[in-house]
Amino acid sequence: MSTGKRPLSPHLQVYRPQITSVLSILHRFTGIVLAVGTLHLVYWIVAAAQGPESFAAAQAFTASWLGRFLLFGWTVALFYHLANGIRHLLWDAGLGFELRQVTLGGIGVLVATGVLTLLAWMAGYGFIGSGS
Amino acid sequence: MSLRSPLGRVRGLGSAKEGTAHWWAQRVTAIALVPLALWFVASILSLIGADYATTTAWIGMPVPAVLLILLLTATFYHAQLGLQVVLEDYVHNEGLKLAAILLVKFACLVLGLAAVFGVLKIAFQG
Repeated sequence: MSTGKRPLSPHLQVYRPQITSVLSILHRFTGIVLAVGTLHLVYWIVAAAQGPESFAAAQAFTASWLGRFLLFGWTVALFYHLANGIRHLLWDAGLGFELRQVTLGGIGVLVATGVLTLLAWMAGYGFIGSGS
Repeated sequence: MSLRSPLGRVRGLGSAKEGTAHWWAQRVTAIALVPLALWFVASILSLIGADYATTTAWIGMPVPAVLLILLLTATFYHAQLGLQVVLEDYVHNEGLKLAAILLVKFACLVLGLAAVFGVLKIAFQG
């Protein structure tokens, strides 16, 4: 049977963005961001394995404006994917399917992402803990 | 009433012929990555400002080395599973989809292996 070019349901663009759908899309997006970010992790380890010169180059890139910007984005993506991933694991266990719980959990994920990112960068810049 | 044959029920593979293997592996690696990712972030924060000797000495210590290898293995396994689903959902040309999934699988294997080799080299030479 030929279906031709008939439009398919659902049209994503006709739906008002909701916290459930936006967070779901963000989970995928941050997953892709993290996968791309692993390139830097591999580069850092391989550079350290190669010797002091290549390690210094890797550290210089990480400390640069671009490096810090990418690292910041990667931290946000990591904490979001981590928090929302735990939310997904709870759903897998059959927990938290009430609409209210889904909404509150989503807000919790956003708050956790913000707080953890802030804490990590404050620690990184030496405001708290042993960072220097 | 179920229309599934008794044999089909026992095998539990469904129409994709792989059952829940992919889904389950994604969850297992996700659970493993929760403590590993938190440990990794805390470790990297404690390494800020450390020189080459300090950093490689840390990477080469038994516990960090083993945890790093576990982190890398789980990360690339998890990434490959996740990216595969994204590609399956959004790439509709069969040939392109297959090529992209294979590329992701090979890239994850190569990157993961390179990083694990790096950790081992530091651990055994440093």
